[in-house]
Parts: sequence; structure tokens; C-alpha cells
Amino acid sequence: MSTITESRPAAPGGLLSGVGRSTRAELLRLRKWPAVWITLGAWLALSLMFGYLFNYLSYASGDNSFSNEGATKASLLAEMMPANVPDVLLQGMPMFGGALMMVLGAIVAGNGYGWGTWKTVFSLGAYRSGVIVGSLAALTVFVVATLAVSLGFDLGLSLIIATTESQDVVMPSLGSVLESLGVGFLVLEMWAVVGFALGTIARGPALSVGLGLVWALVVENLLRGVGQLLDWVDTLTAVLPGTAAGSLVGSVVGVEPGGDGTPGVLDTVAGPQAAITTACYILVAAAIALVVVRRRDVA
Amino acid sequence: MDTNQTPVVTTDALTKTYGDRVAVDRVSMTVQRGEVYGFLGPNGAGKTTTLRMLLGLIRPTAGMASILGRPAGRPHPDLRVGALIEGPGFHPYLSGRDNLRTVARFRGFTDAEVDRVLERVDLAGRGSDKYKGYSLGMKQRLGVAAALMGDPELIVLDEPTNGLDPAGMADMRALVVDLARGGQTVLLSSHLLAEVQEICDRVGVINSGRLLLESTVAEMRGGSSLRVRATPEPAALAVAMRLAGDDGVRRTPAGLSLDLSADAAPHVTRELVNAGIDVHEITHTERSLEEVFFEMTTATTPEKEPVA
Repeated sequence: MSTITESRPAAPGGLLSGVGRSTRAELLRLRKWPAVWITLGAWLALSLMFGYLFNYLSYASGDNSFSNEGATKASLLAEMMPANVPDVLLQGMPMFGGALMMVLGAIVAGNGYGWGTWKTVFSLGAYRSGVIVGSLAALTVFVVATLAVSLGFDLGLSLIIATTESQDVVMPSLGSVLESLGVGFLVLEMWAVVGFALGTIARGPALSVGLGLVWALVVENLLRGVGQLLDWVDTLTAVLPGTAAGSLVGSVVGVEPGGDGTPGVLDTVAGPQAAITTACYILVAAAIALVVVRRRDVA
Repeated sequence: MDTNQTPVVTTDALTKTYGDRVAVDRVSMTVQRGEVYGFLGPNGAGKTTTLRMLLGLIRPTAGMASILGRPAGRPHPDLRVGALIEGPGFHPYLSGRDNLRTVARFRGFTDAEVDRVLERVDLAGRGSDKYKGYSLGMKQRLGVAAALMGDPELIVLDEPTNGLDPAGMADMRALVVDLARGGQTVLLSSHLLAEVQEICDRVGVINSGRLLLESTVAEMRGGSSLRVRATPEPAALAVAMRLAGDDGVRRTPAGLSLDLSADAAPHVTRELVNAGIDVHEITHTERSLEEVFFEMTTATTPEKEPVA
């Protein structure tokens, strides 16, 4: 065993530097966590399948698969072209994109309670607010990275298809790409932060992931059904997170009349209002996580 | 060396209740700079709860605590405290070194500091292995390594030898002694009397949430005593009380216990024989911490059967 060295490393500074340090710490452990890459890999795999693979197979074979009922070959091909990448990027987000991000948020916040890692960090004199804001910042970095990788992934696939099918390559406009990225960020970030808040409240990933998924995938859909019968439920669903995210995506992608479009993509609420609701959920969920962690006894 | 004589830890009537259950009941303790303070008590006595309050993991119901002159539980740049509370808590999928690097980033330390503390707990060779593959003892040592980061003035170790094999326990004790020799203050909790007796300067004994006693180990064990087995006992008792004083004699199952030093044995024997009493045995004994401890803990828990 070595002797005690004379060098005294930097002592913990204020709250702001605490946020910066916590972000770096969280990024280190998140990027080495297989579960994070599995979650993000699942998103890319699903994007590939529902965005391009099934469409391309049905285009190539001339059959109509379930995901593109009634679509003509020409429109199928158009959907897979680079110009349509901003829409394809968003289509999967209201359903599985959001759900996967919620899982990510919940495991980032929740697992630390079972493993005792939050206890370790808090007992060593870290600012709790700094740690939580840092953890949320690291989560946001992953959300942004996911968007960037998805965009590159979708562009690459569409370019391959365009080249293979000898189509003229028309790139999407910068404006539409930025709009798509902005909307995608709001939707994914909302579910990630909501998952983080749920994982924090439940002090574990299992219950929070389970309840969160049931809510996002089942309960909101049921409520929207009930909303057609009861006016007050209809008013309520307009401010729910799934409706807001679905409407926000719908305002960009467009919703096919008759409700036969992509599941979860809605036109219940106007785009700007949906964007405000989504942003509010991000802020409220982050605030809840912060207040709960600051006040709670950590065993 | 810091000449500041303010205590490193002080608590004043520190209390924590969970509903009706009082986990920690008005504990007032003091840990002095540079000492190894043993927080001694059976499982469930309130040791960990008290330490959690000191480190700000949980809020006290009442009372106050301060560490290095600052209110406990509020992070401060000047507050250099390392702790291992209720077992190590690390990410299973990360290596030991990456776990410490994560902790180091949270606290603003360099990776060089990580290597230093890994070396300090003899884990440098296994630093790249995944934490989930560590033995219980290695996990415990990694927890101690995290507590040692940045050479803290106060190191709080909650049951640091829990789950260690005899060699690991000996290593851990040597490490604690070494830390104290380097000028660092160590507050450790334990339910192992031998451990406290061996390495601690002072002890606080806690049972059922109440701090029963706080003193040096030597003071707590008290002086030595003479054990006398003689018949007839009433006559022997009278002589003993004349020699050792009324309060200096206790009746024990093994005979009379006199608060006298070993030098007094010939004199006591002579007096007893002169009084016509048969002396069967006279022994010099030192009380172990264990005896003192059980005396104290059984006396304050009336619901338990007192030791005969």
C-alpha cells in the first residue's frame, strides 16, 4: 500500500461546476452501459424495419404488406427517397421511439437506487441538484446523439435505395431537416425525462418502466376512445403527453384521413400548442425529479 | 498538521424517528481530530442511521450535527469527507476503475487520484475487471477506495470489515490504523468488540438508538480487578468491603470481584486468612470490552432478561 501523497486534488466547487462534473461522470458510465446501447440499437432496428425494410420489400415484390396498405408502388418509392427522410425520422417516435426513450430515462434514474450508486455519490458530498441536473444533461446528450445517428442512418438508407433504384437524388431542404430534428428532440426528450422522473419516484426501473409503458401505449389510446363519448375526457386527453407528442409529429408528417396512418401520429391538437405542451412536460418532469431527490431520504 | 482543536464531528440530541419507532434517540457525540472513533452497537442499534444523518443521506427528525465546523449534510467545497455507508454501491457493468473514475468525476478529482486509491486498497491489479465479478471483500475495498479519494480529513466507514475473511479484516484494520497515523480522522461503526478494542482510541456505545457511553477504550474497560472465591462468603464479603470499599465489591457467579490492582492480592489473602476464612482462589482479571458492553446493553433494555 502506498503512503498518503501530499497532492491535494481539487475540492468540490459550487453548484454550477457540480453540474458540469456530474454530466461528465454520467456520460462516462452511460456510454459504457450495454443497456443504453441495446435501447438505442432497438430504436435503430425498428426505424430500419418500419421506415425502410418492409416498404422496400413490398415495393420490390409488389405485394402490399400491413404497414403500407393500399399504397402504390410509386408512392412507396417516394416515401423511401432522401427528400422524405425528415418524415420517416419522426414517424416511429410517437409509438416505439418515445417508449424506448422512457425506458432509457427510467433505467438511468432508477437503477442507481437498487445498486446504491446514488447513495455513494450523495454520501461523498456531491450537490444533489447538481447530480440530477448533470444526469439529465447526460441523458439529453444521448437523446441528441440518437437523433443525429438516426438522421444519418435514414439518409444513408434512402441514398442506397435511391441509387439502387436509379432515382434522382433530391436532398431534403435544410428547413425541413431542422424542423424534423426540433420536433423529434421535443418528443424523445419528453419521454426520456418523464421516464427519468418515474424512475426517480419509484426508486427503481421495473415499476416505472411497466407503468410508464402501460400509460403511453395503452391508457392514452383508451382515453382517446372514451373521449369521443365524453367531452371532459376529450378535453383531458388534449393535454396528455402521448397526445401532445403524437399531434406534434402529426403536424409535420401529416395525418392520413380515416385514421389508417402510422399508429400514434395524431391531429388532435394543433402543432404549436402540442409543442408547448411537450416542452411543459419536459420542464415539469425535470422539476419533479429534482424536488423529489433534493427532499428525499436516501437509504 | 492542523492545530485546530475543534471537534471533527459533533452531534447534539440528534434524533430520527420513523413513525412511532425511534431509530436514533437524542444522540450527542463528539469525534476529535486525528482519532479513530469506534461507534459500537449491536445490529439495529441505530449506528448506520446516525452516520446517514451525519452525511446528509437522511434528514434528522430533531437535533443537529456538524462536521468540520459546518452543518452536516450540506455539501461545501471545503468539506473533505469520505464515506462508505451500508456496503459499497457501484455500477455492476463497469470495471472497478471505471466505477471510481465515475465517482472521481462527480467529485472533481483526476484519474491519477483513482489509481492512487486503487493502489492503496490493493486493487490496482484487478482494477480493469468488472465490478460484478468482484468478491465481497474486493467490493468492500473498492468502497473504501472511493472514500479515500482526495485525502479527506474525515473518513466515515460503516462496518468496514463486514463480509471480509480474516485476512481481509486484518488488512482493513491495518489500513484504518495507517490512516489515523497519517493524521486522518476515522469514524467507524462496528458490532465487533475485538475490532474496536484493537484499533479505536475512543468509543461511543449505542443501543436501541441511545448513546449509552462515550469514552476512551481504556476508561471504558476500567481498572483491573481481583476475583476472590472464599468461604464462608458473607464473612469474606465483609472483609472485602473493608479493603476495597463498599462500592468496590460485586458478587459474581465466579465469586467476589474487587476493584483492586494485582499488587493487592497478597494483602487481601492475608486479611482473609487472618479472619479465619478459607481462600479457594484469588485471580487478577481485566475486564474485556465485551463484558462492559454486555453489562451496559443489558442494563438499558429492561424488556430483555438480565444476565444472572
